[in-house]
Amino acid sequence: MEPSLLKQLVESAGAITDGFKLTLRTMLRPTVTEDYPDEAPHFTERYRGLHVLQRDEQGLEKCVGCFLCSAACPANCIYIEAADNTAERRISAGERYAEVYNIDYNRCIFCGYCVEACPTDAITHGHGFELATYNITDLIYRKEQLLANPPAADNSSQ
Amino acid sequence: MATTPPVIPPLAPNATFLDTNELIINMGPQHPSTHGVLRVILKLDGERILGTECVIGYLHRGVEKIAENRTYTQFAPYVDRMDYVAAVSNGLGYCETIEKLLNVEAPPRARFVRTILTELNRISSHLLWLGTHAIDLGAITPLFYCFREREEILKIFENYCGARLTTHAFRIGGLQYETYDGFDQQVRAFCNQFMEKIAEYETLLTGNRIWLERTKGVGILTAAEAIDFSVTGPLLRASGVKFDLRKAQPYAAYSEVDFDIPVGENGDTFDRYVVRMEEMRQSIRIARQCLDKLPEGPVMAKVPKIMKPPVGEVYHAIEAPKGELGYHVVSDGSTQPYRIRVRPPSLINLQALDRMVRGLLVADVVAVIGTIDIVLGEVDR
Repeated sequence: MEPSLLKQLVESAGAITDGFKLTLRTMLRPTVTEDYPDEAPHFTERYRGLHVLQRDEQGLEKCVGCFLCSAACPANCIYIEAADNTAERRISAGERYAEVYNIDYNRCIFCGYCVEACPTDAITHGHGFELATYNITDLIYRKEQLLANPPAADNSSQ
Repeated sequence: MATTPPVIPPLAPNATFLDTNELIINMGPQHPSTHGVLRVILKLDGERILGTECVIGYLHRGVEKIAENRTYTQFAPYVDRMDYVAAVSNGLGYCETIEKLLNVEAPPRARFVRTILTELNRISSHLLWLGTHAIDLGAITPLFYCFREREEILKIFENYCGARLTTHAFRIGGLQYETYDGFDQQVRAFCNQFMEKIAEYETLLTGNRIWLERTKGVGILTAAEAIDFSVTGPLLRASGVKFDLRKAQPYAAYSEVDFDIPVGENGDTFDRYVVRMEEMRQSIRIARQCLDKLPEGPVMAKVPKIMKPPVGEVYHAIEAPKGELGYHVVSDGSTQPYRIRVRPPSLINLQALDRMVRGLLVADVVAVIGTIDIVLGEVDR
């Protein structure tokens, strides 16, 4: 049997009162939102953001141009041209170095396979994430954009 | 010159001048309450639904075809992009299928961590469903509350595997990462505070007259119909069929934990709401038990670097938040799968939409689409 109109009215009023009580209580609780972009976002250590090509203590590039990251990449977004180090021009500690190292962020899916594949820990995930642009060709990052700062100039390698 | 008068069709014997003509309108693909890019063609008589037709494929990316050009390992991140609100479950299904194909088993610790993360993912998926379902029906507040708690789960995911949405948390053969310092405390803290949060959502909705009027008796699917449509997940259980793959074919660590399967009676939108709320409670129960029993040991089984599964095929299904998520993988013995077919719960559950909305009002279509809990990334793949 349908409950009487009066009972329905009382029940509805009670439910609405409970709801508003909860809303008011929540208003008095501390806020949980973050103030991005006014405040820097918080990332965890394992966050997979924009890649950073690391350097060693001497400032030499860690990448030895082995193509393992490029082979592991499911999206096929890493393009490398390797060249040999010479006595006059030493770029990396190994035999070879990456002459060209491009990551196409149109295609990258941030899966982390390149980082896992790297034998010299040269490519890592940084915490950068703001890569919006008006021009998609800007999303092909060159080696210069990906490289960490040399140790002498600045030590904060993201 | 005489013009021919327009031909007026004779009225049906019992029709009056107040009767309306059949009207066909499009709902979507840009309609916010179709949860993405679903287009529904509605055939209406006034406000009543005579029939519907779903037009899908606006988010088709050819995930199954992509698999044929990737190695088994390389395809793993792509499965996260199907049901993107439950990426962890997708990853679990894929990894377990390939493990079955390779005949390896993940170590016990990996299986328990997988269970914890998958259950957290079930909660986050249900929270997103609850928030959007409520906002579809005019209740704005629950969305903010749900997203507040969902954020806590996403933080756990980010801490664990470095991404919030497309997590790629599991690897074939186990886990890539050991749990981080404070994993146990963070999950426990979430479990402890979440129980009272569920009570808060129920305060806002369960007794609310508008919510009851909009959900009770709307979109009824009987048990027999649900089985005929091969609907799975909370939809099936709300119709009164006690079927859950976690119990029927236990995978991961589900055989070692104790939990109940909530079942509805009427199979209407309200029952599906009740079932999902109870499922969230059960997920917390499972997560807590897994934390208590979490064994020590390795997290990765021995799998070859270059995977070449034997020739053959395998089907493995898991209980994703939306229903039975199955992978059918055919191997031709090479490093790349010959074919991967996914059984997406959203697509198959969506087939019941027409049955559920016939005779209802246009506004109820929104309620029913919300209650099916579709993700178009998974419907279209």
